[in-house]
Amino acid sequence: MVLAALLASLALVAGCSGAGALGAEEGVETVTVAIVSNPQMEDAISLSPQFEAENPGIRLRFVSLSENEARAKITASVATGGGEFDIVMISNYETPQWAQNGWLTNLQPYIDATPGYDAADFIPTVRDSLSYQGSMYSVPFYGESSFLMYRKDLFQQAGIQMPAQPTWPQVAEFAARLDQGEGQRRGICLRGKPGWGEVMAPLDTVINTFGGRWFDPEWRAQLTSPEVRQAVQFYVDLVRQHGQPGASQSGFSECATQFGQGQVAMWYDATSAAGTVEDPAESTVAGQIGYAPAPVVATPASGWLYSWSLAIPETSPRKDAAWKFMSWMTNKQYIERAGQEVGWTSVPPGSRQSTYTIPQYQQVSGAYGPLILQGLQRANPQQPTVQPVPYQGVQFVRIPEFQDLGTRVSQQVSAAIAGQITVDEALEQSQNYAETVGESYQR
Amino acid sequence: MAVTTDTASDERTTATDEAQVPRKQRTSGANVWFGVIAWIVGIAFFFPVFWMVLTSFKTEADAYTTTPKIIFEPTLEQYEGVFAAGIGPYLANSVAATVISTILVLLLGVPAAFALSLRPVQKTTDVLFFFISTKMLPVVAAIVPIYVVVNQIGMLDNIWTLIILYTGMNLPIAVWMMRSFFLEVPGELLEQASIDGAPLWRTLREIVLPIISPGIFATALICVIFAWNEFFFAVNLTAANAGTVPVFLVGFITSEGLYWAQLSAAATLAALPVVLAGWVAQNKLVQGLSFGAVK
Amino acid sequence: MIDRAEGWRRRAPLLPALVFTIIVTQIPFLLTLFYSVQSWNLVRPGSQSFVWFANYVDVFTDSQFRQVAINTIVMTLGSVLIAVVLGLLLALLLNRQFVGRGVVRTLLITPFLITPVAAALLWRTVLLDPTLGLVNFVLSPFGASGTEWISQFPLASVMAALVWQWTPFMMLLLLAGLQSQPSDQLEAARVDGASAWSVFRELTLPHLRRFIELGVVLGTIYLVNTFDTVYMMTQGGPGVASANLPFYIYQRAFLGFDIGQSAAMGVVVVIITLIAASFALRLLFRSFSVEEGI
Repeated sequence: MVLAALLASLALVAGCSGAGALGAEEGVETVTVAIVSNPQMEDAISLSPQFEAENPGIRLRFVSLSENEARAKITASVATGGGEFDIVMISNYETPQWAQNGWLTNLQPYIDATPGYDAADFIPTVRDSLSYQGSMYSVPFYGESSFLMYRKDLFQQAGIQMPAQPTWPQVAEFAARLDQGEGQRRGICLRGKPGWGEVMAPLDTVINTFGGRWFDPEWRAQLTSPEVRQAVQFYVDLVRQHGQPGASQSGFSECATQFGQGQVAMWYDATSAAGTVEDPAESTVAGQIGYAPAPVVATPASGWLYSWSLAIPETSPRKDAAWKFMSWMTNKQYIERAGQEVGWTSVPPGSRQSTYTIPQYQQVSGAYGPLILQGLQRANPQQPTVQPVPYQGVQFVRIPEFQDLGTRVSQQVSAAIAGQITVDEALEQSQNYAETVGESYQR
Repeated sequence: MAVTTDTASDERTTATDEAQVPRKQRTSGANVWFGVIAWIVGIAFFFPVFWMVLTSFKTEADAYTTTPKIIFEPTLEQYEGVFAAGIGPYLANSVAATVISTILVLLLGVPAAFALSLRPVQKTTDVLFFFISTKMLPVVAAIVPIYVVVNQIGMLDNIWTLIILYTGMNLPIAVWMMRSFFLEVPGELLEQASIDGAPLWRTLREIVLPIISPGIFATALICVIFAWNEFFFAVNLTAANAGTVPVFLVGFITSEGLYWAQLSAAATLAALPVVLAGWVAQNKLVQGLSFGAVK
Repeated sequence: MIDRAEGWRRRAPLLPALVFTIIVTQIPFLLTLFYSVQSWNLVRPGSQSFVWFANYVDVFTDSQFRQVAINTIVMTLGSVLIAVVLGLLLALLLNRQFVGRGVVRTLLITPFLITPVAAALLWRTVLLDPTLGLVNFVLSPFGASGTEWISQFPLASVMAALVWQWTPFMMLLLLAGLQSQPSDQLEAARVDGASAWSVFRELTLPHLRRFIELGVVLGTIYLVNTFDTVYMMTQGGPGVASANLPFYIYQRAFLGFDIGQSAAMGVVVVIITLIAASFALRLLFRSFSVEEGI
């Protein structure tokens, strides 16, 4: 009897849930947005009541998750047609793959039918990386490359001049000179936390510019090649000798804290860090920071290309409402709005060229704005390294297996940074993983 | 006879009944020292929690100091921040999932425990083995099928999914616990009732339930603790509508900067209800955990 | 013998719970079995096919899987045993009378009540952070400043958090055991002039045995499934130094989206756990049911 009552109530609830969320009003569509909880996205959430006021027929619900959870949940949901979300935040890693799988709504018709949206204004490399067969399948909320941040005051004290285009050996030398030893200020902060979006992102750019690659054009794994060995050894040595404490556990946020609290002299990371470290409320070194392009060795440029963008899963029944909000969040007016209401250092950078012509933004971002734009324009996902590769992507290999492969390799690298294994051991093991993946493409 | 020799003894000490306890002391001087040690250990165990609460009243600048700050100007801004970030619906979901699943556990578990104790079915041991063995299956092994099934019946991001799963998660342990309480009911009372021809449910309600109600309460408390703190199902099966407090806490960690003070405020709020419940009912907790061996 | 009608009457109250548990816990497991013989990658549509036992071969040739299995054993048994020993010491302390005993007990049980996700965050940030953490601050006079606990001792760090959470549980359980010990027995022994140690060893410890066993079994059941703490504190790293099986399987399923292989790992874990569990359960049954005269 209890069971029967239980099943009945279950059926009842299941029936209800089909009709929409609890407490939904008549004639109002609720759009559910899965979003990564970065500061700019939180700003967007706080500004979204204005959208709801302008569009009384649409209610928004946000699911704000940190990057790893967001990626796991969104992928599982979209791949199985889970339909929990009407808008998902994904990146240029997922977009072309998922578009090919037919999981995403082609946004080109919506873009073309929205006057004033001006998709031509998106930074070309970013726009291309979010397109499949000439149509955009997600629209960029922000874009980022990577660059080197350094403390101008410390460099001046030490009498060091940062070159216009630093090389990695130079950076290593600066790090050694500015390192005060254990327990005190260290030379540089570099990510060491496992995760393909954590340590692998900066490390991949180093591997690329040292001339290394994941696979050769025949999909033979190349992780034990001399170039890759040299690059990884360099990275691990640098962070172990002159890097931050707790290196194998630090990712973007930990480095942001270290650099912002003046505990390291340099930091090589995402260009989106500028907003955080230039914010006096969070950073004690705001105003003392210099910026340089991503250091290089054998390639002319080495910055990565990444974009958090918004897409509509094919399963969503509320595509028009979803697009209304997406276009609101990614158009030029939003950037003005965010600048005026949240602050010009907090506008989502790296999506639109026009952002860099706004006088107020130029004023606050003069030190780094042009460098971000340049980094994004020079990033080359088609040809990330010296030799040819069969894949696309700078700081990732754009194949579905890479999330797992990249994470496994990153765990090995992280263990090498922690000093538990040698770089050679880490790469031998990584090579095994990469070979398994490569073989499935050779057939 | 279902009562063990241990529990049948006259000892009726409850854990806080301090008057009856001092039976092993030799000198009061030794006890003072044991008291001091116990206080030190107690404070050491509690200190991280204390520090978390303290940090939640700091500004971020006060939270990030190489020499920890004890004296600072307390602020409520972190809590305001947490509520502004919308912890409210998550709290409501946690309450719903915890309370309803616990009620379901009791509705299903009390009769089952009865059937495994006072009027045992055949193969009681096998059934008990089955129940407890389900607790040993790693939930991760089942998460993908659960996700696929829940998705297909359209119950993703639905609080009832969590309620059903939490009921399944807590039921085995609850059956075990309540069974051990049932075993404490004197058999003569039941025989008397059945001779009088009273129907089963009346026997249960009028004779058995009053005796085992403290045990049921203790079981419920354990279920509440585990349901409130559950994270794995919640994070994988909910989205906008049905997220619980641990999910909120994880979503609260921003990818771009860990804010200790605000995180501490969120963690404090997440833990508070269960900590308070556990503090208030700690004697019941001892009973529940000892599977009825202590009254 | 019980006749059929009576048998059903007795069975009736059990059935809802039994059927419910079977549906909720066994159906997903049957599906796991089915998936474990499929090659299926969620992010490569159309890749699903029947592959016999290929996934199992992969599991057994995966050296990381073995490493992670060893981690799981160390993490589970290590944490449980340390928690039991600490819990026993604390229970013995709390079984004495001193000023503020109730308060001390309240302080001690708190870690068990804290949401594991919150506890793991607390350990990762406030306690074990190399530069700003409390542990290094407290230890700095002893020259241990700057120790990177989570990177240098990842498994131990996770276990510290687990022990911190589960010691109170063991303490409560053993305290309950101590307080159920008949006092006349102890009096008699003391009158006979037995030393405190021999009273403890010959009377208290045997009396506590079933409580210790219960603590070990319950602790193992919950700790072998530890996910939150690993996930929040170390993400299994560096390398797989602190990954346990639940976390590793989760990664294969929600990062690799390799449904077939993660299902095969799940099945292997279930089989190993059930073998281990049947030994543990025999222990539990011996200490409980037999005495209870079923």
